[in-house]
Amino acid sequence: MSTATPTAATHKDYRYAPVSFWRRYVFSTDHKIIGVQFLFSSLLFFIVGGLIALLMRTQLAWPWQEIPVLGQYIYGSTGNILSPEGYPALVTMHGTIMIFFFIIPVLSGAFGNFLIPLMVGAQDMAFPRLNMLSYWFMVPAFLVMIFGFFVEGGTAAAGWTSYVPLSALPDMVPGSGMGQTMWIISLLLVGTASTMGAINYITTIVMLRAKGMHMFRLPMTIWALFITAILVLLATPVLTSALLLLLFDRTIGTTFFLPEGGGNPLMWQHLFWFYSHPAVYIMILPAMGMASDIISCFARKPLFGYKPMVFSIMAIAGLGFIVWGHHMFQSGMNPVLGITFMTSTMMIALPSAIKTFNWLGTLWQGQIHLTAPMLNALAFVSTFVIGGLSGVFAAATPVDIFLHDTYWIVGHIHYVLFGGSLFGVFGAIQYWFPKMFGRMMNETWGKVHFILTFVSFNLVFFPMFILGAYGMPRRIADPYNYTFLSNLQGTNQFMTISAYVLALSQVILFVNFFVSLYRGRKAADNPWQANTLEWTTTSPPPLENFHALPVVYRGPYEYSSPEVEEDWLPQNRELVPAPAD
Amino acid sequence: MTHTTAAEHHHTTPVWEGIKTVKFAIWLFLASEIMFFAGLIVAYISIRYSDPNWLLASELLSVPLVALNTFILIFSSVTMVLAFDSAEQGDLQKSRYLLLATAILGIVFLSIQGFEWSDLMHEGIQASTNLFGSTFYTLTGFHGAHVAIGVIWVLSVTAKAFRGGYAEDHLGIELAGLYWHFVDLVWIILFTIIYLI
Repeated sequence: MSTATPTAATHKDYRYAPVSFWRRYVFSTDHKIIGVQFLFSSLLFFIVGGLIALLMRTQLAWPWQEIPVLGQYIYGSTGNILSPEGYPALVTMHGTIMIFFFIIPVLSGAFGNFLIPLMVGAQDMAFPRLNMLSYWFMVPAFLVMIFGFFVEGGTAAAGWTSYVPLSALPDMVPGSGMGQTMWIISLLLVGTASTMGAINYITTIVMLRAKGMHMFRLPMTIWALFITAILVLLATPVLTSALLLLLFDRTIGTTFFLPEGGGNPLMWQHLFWFYSHPAVYIMILPAMGMASDIISCFARKPLFGYKPMVFSIMAIAGLGFIVWGHHMFQSGMNPVLGITFMTSTMMIALPSAIKTFNWLGTLWQGQIHLTAPMLNALAFVSTFVIGGLSGVFAAATPVDIFLHDTYWIVGHIHYVLFGGSLFGVFGAIQYWFPKMFGRMMNETWGKVHFILTFVSFNLVFFPMFILGAYGMPRRIADPYNYTFLSNLQGTNQFMTISAYVLALSQVILFVNFFVSLYRGRKAADNPWQANTLEWTTTSPPPLENFHALPVVYRGPYEYSSPEVEEDWLPQNRELVPAPAD
Repeated sequence: MTHTTAAEHHHTTPVWEGIKTVKFAIWLFLASEIMFFAGLIVAYISIRYSDPNWLLASELLSVPLVALNTFILIFSSVTMVLAFDSAEQGDLQKSRYLLLATAILGIVFLSIQGFEWSDLMHEGIQASTNLFGSTFYTLTGFHGAHVAIGVIWVLSVTAKAFRGGYAEDHLGIELAGLYWHFVDLVWIILFTIIYLI
């Protein structure tokens, strides 16, 4: 992490005696350093999860082929070929790593940590040491999950959802042994870290706002992170209790989820989805917030419908707690419940549509600057619409009978998580990079990365809807065993080649990121001419963020205001005479 | 080092007057604890009502003894409230002994529960024997662990009080009290659903 803030150490306004390298960059209590720690570790896991996805795609395009050159390193013990029990393990680890070690930590951990104190005008989180502890619960979680690859039987193979009985009976499949136990312990640690983070974020946002920063003057990013933290706070403990019960089933012989002892396997699904459906919003809401800020800034217009946007986030989060059963329509759950869950799920389309219309309303007649962050934010909006609408199809019980567990669902989740959250993350990285590191990322390469990613993303994931409609199931290693699917191999090969292009495109982002870290143009304090408080301090900010604590006079979206000549009006700029609220 | 400064600097201009940052965070922590126990309790109810031949706790365990134990825990909440109240009134000496009484009552509760556990194990019911055992040991075990943490917390507050702490600021007593009352409240629910109905 020594590369994280190269100029912070030399900053003149350093108010405290220099501390050792370890205290400053490794065991730091500074929210900015902790945010960057989360950013680097989650990007590392993005690479791991992405490489696993490529192995899956390779198998689906050319099943059971020897992998040239690399095969001996990856599948050395099984003759350089993927083993049949290896495929479910790949599926499991791709999902687990991308969700628990990439998307959630990069949104709440990296951007939540870095942005919350800066954007609310605080000097740090409410509990800096708890914040540090939260990151240091993630590190053993990372290690335990990686360690799972090397135990007997290999890593967990019951899917990221870890349905019982696969996950509860240690001798079910090779990965059900020690690997599954490691998986559970790792997730318990992640859950603890998330809960600590959530307590810190909520407290900071509620208690440490700068003078004049009313709740309805908070940037949308902060609103989204706030509601997300509430979801984390209330949903994660339920997963923790379910994971502990599962652990007891595996280790001390209880039978909570095992029918042979009177337990109920469906109960695992209920408890798991009671967490994991809100978790879907934990994975998308912060991206929505950040995209809102980016879009408003580069359209040079106030965000259209600020309060409806806030209430929509609340509505999505609230409804998110009562829709978990839509993952279980085919599980044998009481069908009457299916109707309730279908109705509540479809209601989520309303606040989501309000948000989409408001993004479009923000763009309408704006002076749109197509910078790299803006392009990614626009991609977020457009792919989120496809992802969201495909979700409405899957929410309808009659349609879901056909679509359940097919590639349609895989397409849906990737349009939301890759198309939505990940484009949001790409935009956010490039938008806040100058504030994080004091240098600009290369704009041209940012656009090249965007175009290649956007095109290849659609080429990989859109055909999944078609495959799903054909009935191709998810999570099987060789669909061509079934005659009716054998003609789908060509499409799968096309998707796999597109996936290679998609992966290579990310190399551009990483090279751009690391080269800019050292060689990028020096960033001004406010390179995007934005209004929110983080841009009123230096890039990167000094140890306690602000040279003087800011006072806030207005909301965050006063672009093109008639009150000033410039087309931006920072939240902390006092106009004389002071304008009415 | 920054860790003590952030909150203190803001104490001069708190947004919510009168509510301390730490107290707010404890309430959030308790909210997450509620959800944790909710998960366990829902699992218990769902398992219990899908089994028509469910063994009733009253057939295996002494309900009067547990009722006494429940009374002890509720009484410890009373001593906790009185300890905080005495500190607010400025009677620190009384507050110290009430805190000590709270911790001792917590230890008595745990001892009686330990006795109950060993009794049940002697009857041949382990966590792996049947779902009654699984749910009983899980629910009371997690609650007991919370009481144990509470006892350690209250004891550390007591020690600080005996060394002359909390003369000005009683927040430390109040925070331990919030947690203590929460653990007490969880027990009242567990007592009802495991032993009474």
